[in-house]
Parts: sequence; C-alpha cells; structure tokens
Amino acid sequence: MSEFVQFMFSGVTSGAIYALAALGFALIYNASNVINFAQGEFIMLGGMAAAFFNAHGVPLMLAVPLAIAVTAIAGLLVEKLAIEPAKNADVTTLIIITIGVSLVMRGLVQIFLGKNTRPLPSFSGDAPFSALGATILPQSLWILATTLATVAALAWYFGRTRAGKAMLATSYNRLAAQLVGVNTRAVLLASFGLAAALGALGGVLVAPITGASYDSGIMLGMKGFVAATLGGLGSGMGAVAGGLLLGIVEAMTAGYLSSSYKDALPFVLILLVLFFLPNGLFGAKTTERV
Amino acid sequence: MALPRSFGLGALLVVLAVLPAILPNDFYLDVAIRMAINAVVVIGLNLLIGYTGQISLGHAGFLGIGAYASAILTANYGWPSAAAMLAGAIGSGGLALLVARPILRLKGHYLAMATLGLGIIISIVLVNEVALTGGPDGMSVPNFSLFGFEIASEQAWYWVVAVLLLGTTWLALNLIDSPAGRALQAIHGSEIAARVAGIDTTAAKVRIFVLSAVLTSIMGSVTAHYLAFVTPTLSDFFHSIALVTMVVIGGMASIYGSLLGAVLLTALPQVLAGLEGGETVVFGLILIVTMIFLPRGLVPSLALRRLALRRRRA
Amino acid sequence: MSLLAVSHLTREFGGVKAVDDVSFQIEAGTIHAVIGPNGAGKTTLFNLITGVYTPSSGTMRFAGTEANHQPPERLARLGMSRTFQNLQICMNMSAIANVMVGAHLRLNHGLFAGMFHLPTLRRADRACREEAAELMRFVGVGAYIDAHASEMPYGALKRLEIARSLAAKPKLLLLDEPAAGLNDSETHEVDALIQKLPPAGVTVVLVEHDMKLVMNISDRILVLNYGRRLAEGTPREIRENPDVIAAYLGTGG
Repeated sequence: MSEFVQFMFSGVTSGAIYALAALGFALIYNASNVINFAQGEFIMLGGMAAAFFNAHGVPLMLAVPLAIAVTAIAGLLVEKLAIEPAKNADVTTLIIITIGVSLVMRGLVQIFLGKNTRPLPSFSGDAPFSALGATILPQSLWILATTLATVAALAWYFGRTRAGKAMLATSYNRLAAQLVGVNTRAVLLASFGLAAALGALGGVLVAPITGASYDSGIMLGMKGFVAATLGGLGSGMGAVAGGLLLGIVEAMTAGYLSSSYKDALPFVLILLVLFFLPNGLFGAKTTERV
Repeated sequence: MALPRSFGLGALLVVLAVLPAILPNDFYLDVAIRMAINAVVVIGLNLLIGYTGQISLGHAGFLGIGAYASAILTANYGWPSAAAMLAGAIGSGGLALLVARPILRLKGHYLAMATLGLGIIISIVLVNEVALTGGPDGMSVPNFSLFGFEIASEQAWYWVVAVLLLGTTWLALNLIDSPAGRALQAIHGSEIAARVAGIDTTAAKVRIFVLSAVLTSIMGSVTAHYLAFVTPTLSDFFHSIALVTMVVIGGMASIYGSLLGAVLLTALPQVLAGLEGGETVVFGLILIVTMIFLPRGLVPSLALRRLALRRRRA
Repeated sequence: MSLLAVSHLTREFGGVKAVDDVSFQIEAGTIHAVIGPNGAGKTTLFNLITGVYTPSSGTMRFAGTEANHQPPERLARLGMSRTFQNLQICMNMSAIANVMVGAHLRLNHGLFAGMFHLPTLRRADRACREEAAELMRFVGVGAYIDAHASEMPYGALKRLEIARSLAAKPKLLLLDEPAAGLNDSETHEVDALIQKLPPAGVTVVLVEHDMKLVMNISDRILVLNYGRRLAEGTPREIRENPDVIAAYLGTGG
C-alpha cells in the first residue's frame, strides 16, 4: 500500500511537469496549428538559466523568475525569427523548422553554458518527510502546488479575460477572430511567449530534483507531446489530464514492471491510444467536407 | 520540365564510375559510401513522404532492425550474411505491415507522433536488450560474404553501394512515372479524388510504407557490415530526423533532390566537425533557413526558377 | 432495368436529417439533374451515392448489383465516377497525369510492374497518355496538355476534373455544380460538353444552380427541399409544379 502511494506520488509529480509541457504544446497548436518540437528545449533552457544565474550569485527567489523571463523572450524570438517568416508552410515544413530551432537552442546552450549537469537548490530544503507511508520531497509539493496554481490561472485567463478569450477565439476560427478585430499575429506571438514561460516553469521546478543539462529537453519535450496527443491536440484540460495520466502510468510501470523500459512506455501508450482513438482521448471527431 | 530519365541516370552512372578515380584517399571514399547509403534510404523515404504525403519520423527504427538483425544473426548465431539481411528485411517489412494500417489512418501531427513513437520504441529496445545487442556500447559485425566472396575493402563497398544507388534511382524513377506511382501522388494531392478514381488508398499507403521500410532495413544491414560495428544511435530519433531533413532539404517529391539532400547533409558534419556544439547550431540554422526560403527544397525550387526564367525569355 | 436505383436513403448528422427518405431511379443514357435551394441536401446526396458518406438507412442498387455501404473505390470498379463542388485536383501533379489517374483501374497498377516498367505496362501507359490528351481536347483544355495542374485557371480545372472522371470510362458520372464559378461562355461550353456524354455511353447526374443549363439539358429533374424529395419529373413538369414554385419563391416547403 505504502509502495503504491509512493509510486502514485512520484507519478503525479512528473505528470505535473508533463502537463506543463503539454499545455505549451496545446497553446501553440491552438494559435498556429504548429507542433513545436522545440517545446522541450524551453524546459531545458528554464532549468539551465536558473541554475546558471543561481551559480553566479543571483538568489534563487530572483533566479527563477529571471530564468522564466529569459525563456519567454527566447520563445518570442523563435516565433518572430523562425515561425512568422514561414507562414503558410505545410505541416512537414513547420515540423522541420521547429526541429531546427530545437537544435539551435541546444547547441547554443551547450556552447555558452557547457555540457555538464548543473544543480539547482530545492526551493525549501531537501529534508524529505513521510505521509501515508510514502517519502516525499518538499520540492514535489512545490511542483504540485505551482502546477495547480498555473492551471487555475490559465483557466481564469482563458475564461475571464479579454486577451485570453481572443486567444481562444483565434484557435476556434482564425478568420472569424480577425473579422471581429482580434490581432491574430499578436495572439500567435503571445502563445509562443506563454508556452515558453510554461516550459521554463516546468524546467525550474524539476531541476532541483533531476539537475539541468543541455540535453534534458528532448525526452521531456517528447513526453509533453505524448501527453498533449493523449489528451487530444489543442485541448487544455486534455493536456493536463494526459500529462498526469502519463506520469502515473510511467511511475507504476517503473515501480511494478521494469524501470529500463520506463522511457518506452509513453510511446507504447500513445500508439495504443492512436490505434483505437485516432483523435486522442478527448479530441473531437471531425468529418471531412468535400 | 524534368530531365529525360536516361539522361539523369547516365549522368549519375558517369559520376559514380569516375568518383573513385578522382577522390584523393579512403577518407573521401568513406564519405562517398555513407552518402550513397543515405541516398538509397532517403529515396525510399521520399516515396513515402514526398510523393505519397505520409510523414514518418521513425524510419531510423527500420535501419536499426536491419543493422541489428545482420549483426546479431551473423555474429552470435553464425548465419550467412545474406540470410541475416533477408531476415532483417522480412522483420522490418512484417513490423511495418503490422502497424501500417492503424498508423496510416492517422493524419498530420498524429501520424508524426505515431511514427516517432514507433522509432523510439525500437531504439529503446536496442539499447535495453544488452545481452543480445550489447546495449549502448554496440556490437561488432563480421564482414559481409556471399558465395565465398568477402566484401571488406572500401573500394569493394563503394562499388556495392554505387550499384545499389543506381538501381534504386532507376526503380524509383520508373515507379513515379507509372500507374502505381501516380496513384501515390494522387493520394498526396487529394485522397478523396484518388478513391473516386478507384485507388484503394489504404492498400497503396501500406504498400509504400512496407516497401520503404524494407529498403531502409536492407541499407541498415549494409551499414552494419560496412562499419563492422553498430550502436543504437543508428536507430535513434536524431537519425530519423536527419533522414527526413535530407528528404525535405533536397526536395519533396524529387528523386534527384533526395540524392542532393543525402550528399549535402552527409557532408555537413564532416565540414563542421570540431565545432563543439557549433555543429548542432549550424545544422539547425540550415534547416530553418532552407525551410523558410526554399520550402519546396533545393531541387524543385531551382527547377521552378529555371522554368520561370525560360518562360520570361519565351 | 435502371442503372441506379436509390430507395429510402437517409443520412442524419447529429439529429438533423440532411437527406431524408429519398428514393429515385436513373435510366441509362439520360441526363438527370438534382436541384433545390441551398442546404437542400444535394451534395450530401452525392456523397451518399458515391460512398463518401455512409447512409444512416436506405438501400442502393447500381449497375445490377447491391451497392450499399460501399466505399468510393469499390463503386469506381462498378463504373461510377464523380467531380467535386470544390475542386479536388491533385496540384502536385501535371495536368495530364491528373487525367491519367482517372484510368487507374484500367492499367496494371502493381508496385513491381511500375518499378520495372514492364514492356506491356509501358505500352499501355503510352496509350493511356494519348487517350488522356484526347480527353483533354474533348473537354476543351487541350491547351494545357503540357501544363502543370497548379498553372491552370479555375475554369480549366473544372473541366480537367471532368476529363479525369471520363478517363475511368464510367457508366455513371455525377457532376457536382460543373458550371459554378464559370462565366457565360464557359458555361455554354460545359453545357455542350455534358450533352455529348450520353451518346458516348455515359449516364449523367448533375447538381447545378444554373437553372437555364438544367432546363436545357436534363431529361429528368429531382427537386430536393430540406433533405426530402419535393418533386421529380421532366423539366416541363418541374417548371409547372406548384410545390417547386412555392419552394423557390420561399412561400412554403
């Protein structure tokens, strides 16, 4: 029983990080129909930047928001320099462009911040405590609480504010949104900034547990993509559910079955889901018109 | 618009025939062999992605299956190399056939996700089955031999892959100019129009997926024997991406584009070698810049420009 | 016996009956029009007949066989072809290759035959190319035989689509608004083109908004309104039918 609680807790913790990554995928997908293969690099950059600032004397309380801001700016630059000039490109072209972006980001980080794994201190100490028979790191609570707050803030933003509603309207029908006066180019730009910030948030949250490294973004990005697809591309709540589901199933597999195939599991899961539900778990069924 | 088939093939034949004579040493020959191996794979992949419009981000997985089938069956079980290669091809083809129907029902990003997942799963299996594959460290592979002849020297390998490349190019050019090839292109252009014309689009997609998987697997076996050593990186996500990039940079739906893409992107790491991290940056920048300014890829973009010029003169 | 017999065909989309209990028959060698106000279910009816949509209920006989729930590629084998309201041209191919796609079923379309360019296939393919060029001239786009589909204007593409469906040598050809978006002289050409089809052995069903064209060339007309069959008959009967007049003037239906 305590074993189960332990696995459950670590599953929800990593699931929260996947959910943040998946939300980033969903945001950009909604605004532009682009799957941003560089999403994982935003996570990596957030963690690396925070660790770098902290190592150079910036207090953690400041290093974390600074890292998120830097990554958000990187997100805006990516949209301006790589996505916007390629407007009207087809899916394959856009996939290749974002893969190019991820290579550039990874390479630059490697050059300027090095190949070593950088540590980041926990937000409030490393002393684990036990609850329900499971050992829990304080950082895990930070991850859960912050993710919960972020999801609530996003729900409020998209449900209640003008800017959020404009973004939502753009995702439903770009032309109609333009007609009622939404600046869809600004929406696209904002979605990259916001997705990058979400990624960076995940990065700084998880770095105290795993450390930050220039090549840590690939797997996290992939898993975020899997989570977003599980939930049905473009669905915000689907992304969160997909992330948590993925984290839990992964932790259970690692705990009860085989830890060496832990990384393969998300992909087995997504193949099974796509085989039987081609639009993801929560995606809408569409009929083609001819 | 396109070059006559015999002219292009003739030019390729001449280049392949004189290349060993003008290359200064075995280092260049080695690069040429890698280019040719990649070119064969990329031609097969272009039939799937460029002509039929079905993306695959996991083709390196089939490369891995072929390579490890050859490595494991010849090194550990003493199989004849040709039989091992055939077994790999059958394995890849069988796997492709098994997953093709559910996977190719998907479109756009969902198809990208599924093929990416398939490739990663294969790669993870190769890394984890240490007893069989040697894990991340890889394993060594005996020479390829057929009827008592061993292919070992760079020279010998060069002629083998040159013949494979010439043959693949010929077959692919034939295919795209045949009813079966037009059916594939029609699926890309308008799937519903293709179906109304009587094309069984599912069957056609499955067939080309399996064909490209088998071709890729065979080249995986060739790679394993040529390098005499395999590691799981051959099958990883980056290799899959590199292959797709060759297709896209050279030109979607262009056989000669595939050749050019393979040549350029195989040469690139050699040119950039020694730049720690810089190699990745330059590689990424080339992808971005090419896709923004020449989204059709090099060969089709240049062909269009030439056509426009000729129209203006006429 | 009729070439196509549709009985009690119904298709619902989320509770709305886009096509509701429609029955009719089409005799070989005729031109049959389907008309009706916007949203009457004409295109849905076409999509049901050609297997693009599956009906919620109802049956269909085509060319002497039960043809219920058959996908488009199966119906094509039985001799059915169609064009589309919004063009479905393969813009990644040359104009003539588009037409040659129409002849798919009459050629050896095996992968290996294609890869090795077997001599018999090469001969058949060359003959097919000549036929395709002939068809392009027949529908009036002979000027584009060497063009790429992406270089052709809209009106020519509409006719290229007709050429592609004719390349299948169909028994029944369904034309979905062949004159939409065409100017007067182009409409006249399409009009003349359609009239040439029944003598060549192709039965025609068309959806069209251009009443003059419909009244001129149709042998029979089926009128749909709100997914239901409102009337069927010769152009003269339809013109004088009070229900039809009411529906078109918007006073009832």
